[in-house]
Amino acid sequence: MALEIKGVHKQFQNNDSATLHDINLEIQNGEFVCIVGSSGCGKSTLLNLIAGLDQPTRGEILLDGNAITGPGAERTVMFQEHGLFPWLNVIENVKFGMKLSGLSKEEQEEKAEYYLNMVKLLDYKDYLIHEISGGMRQRVALARALTMDSKILLMDEPFSALDKQTSNQLREELQRIWMETKRTILFITHSVEEAVYLADRVVILSAETGQIANIIPIELERPREVYQPDFVEYRHQILNLVREEIAV
Amino acid sequence: MSTIIFLILLVLAWQGFYWLSVDIFAWFKPYAMPSPIGVGETFIRLCQNGTLIEATCNSLLRGIAGYAIAVVIGAVIGLLMNHFSYLQKNLKPLILGIQTLPSICWVPFSILWFGLSTEAILFVVVMGAAFSIAISVDNAIRNIQPIYTKAALTMGANKRQLYFHVMLPASLPELITGLKQGWSFAWRALMSGEVMTTSVGLGQTLITGRDLADINQVMLVMIVIIVVGIVIEKCIFSTAERRVLKRRGLKTD
Repeated sequence: MALEIKGVHKQFQNNDSATLHDINLEIQNGEFVCIVGSSGCGKSTLLNLIAGLDQPTRGEILLDGNAITGPGAERTVMFQEHGLFPWLNVIENVKFGMKLSGLSKEEQEEKAEYYLNMVKLLDYKDYLIHEISGGMRQRVALARALTMDSKILLMDEPFSALDKQTSNQLREELQRIWMETKRTILFITHSVEEAVYLADRVVILSAETGQIANIIPIELERPREVYQPDFVEYRHQILNLVREEIAV
Repeated sequence: MSTIIFLILLVLAWQGFYWLSVDIFAWFKPYAMPSPIGVGETFIRLCQNGTLIEATCNSLLRGIAGYAIAVVIGAVIGLLMNHFSYLQKNLKPLILGIQTLPSICWVPFSILWFGLSTEAILFVVVMGAAFSIAISVDNAIRNIQPIYTKAALTMGANKRQLYFHVMLPASLPELITGLKQGWSFAWRALMSGEVMTTSVGLGQTLITGRDLADINQVMLVMIVIIVVGIVIEKCIFSTAERRVLKRRGLKTD
């Protein structure tokens, strides 16, 4: 078991941020879990707690049995806004985390090129960040996150700032990359379709109660296609559950 | 190119005004009105006897030395203010206040401490520039987008790495702007200091011009002070600024 979330509560002083109540969730090694919910349900809050960027009010989060006390490389985050450094070029950005961990120059180069190739951006390795498109930036951010060999990869709505077409293309690539690498991924999204497309399990967070409303395992073969009848059925089922949460 | 033509026209107009006001209508006495030709002659004379070059070099060295000290002190104060919220709350308003003090106001204090010496001038330069640099350093760091630090932290950055690999480069555009402003403060403070003391330098050459009632020399030194200030700002700071902004796609040209 990779990640255990045990009885986590989070309350904010100012009360206008989303609160979490008694969250319990276990994520297995190599599992792809998506958290969906309407805005303000606390899904980003939960991700910040796992990342160690914020502390829970009560409860604890364990990674391989060790309590999380702060941010660290074994829980790399891929953000909605790419978070790439504009003073570095594409490959320097991909190498950034490896440089911090003190990997040798050759290893950095080799690994950076391997993952840039995986996201199909090897030809752009010397480009500056402002010279590439939004979708390409997110792919660079994905390559950078993959180089960290994190125990769990946290993705905070990484495709939601992109246009529909680019975002669809990127989720296809993420599916392919996940099938190749079998990383443990926790993926936050407000798109039910994206969640059904990517996840082994979809976790529905309720904005009303701040609790987990439902966990739906998605038993579909990969690679998945959005027009498969089973897919449509899952999407429909989860959409209804999310709608119920909003209606309550 | 158009700037050069404009300057030539300006000098011609100046010379024309001199002829009209001094030679034809005699509104001014010749010693009260500088002329381009007179300034040019003084320039040649002061270059030949070495005065101007020595004065410029002295002032520049002093300016650079004082500025370097101001950068170090300003950076330390800025970093401390940024790091300790107590200082942020209590020291920063005070520094902002001191920063509004014109640098010439430090001269009497400085002379009492150091006498009419080079140290006195350096002190004025440091006081004139350090506080503005401190404020810029603090602001530059505070304006770093939080996502950069968050991204680095979740890639395992420690404190030192965060400073050198993220905060320093992230704040660089603003830092350079702050350093540029610091330089212009330092250069002005230097002139205040030099005018009031007796060490060889541009400020002192300016005062000598007054003592000799040589308005062409006064004008010449003023022009040299402006030119040196502009050259340093353009050649060093603006170039660095442009490079940094261009790399980040914040400026296109």
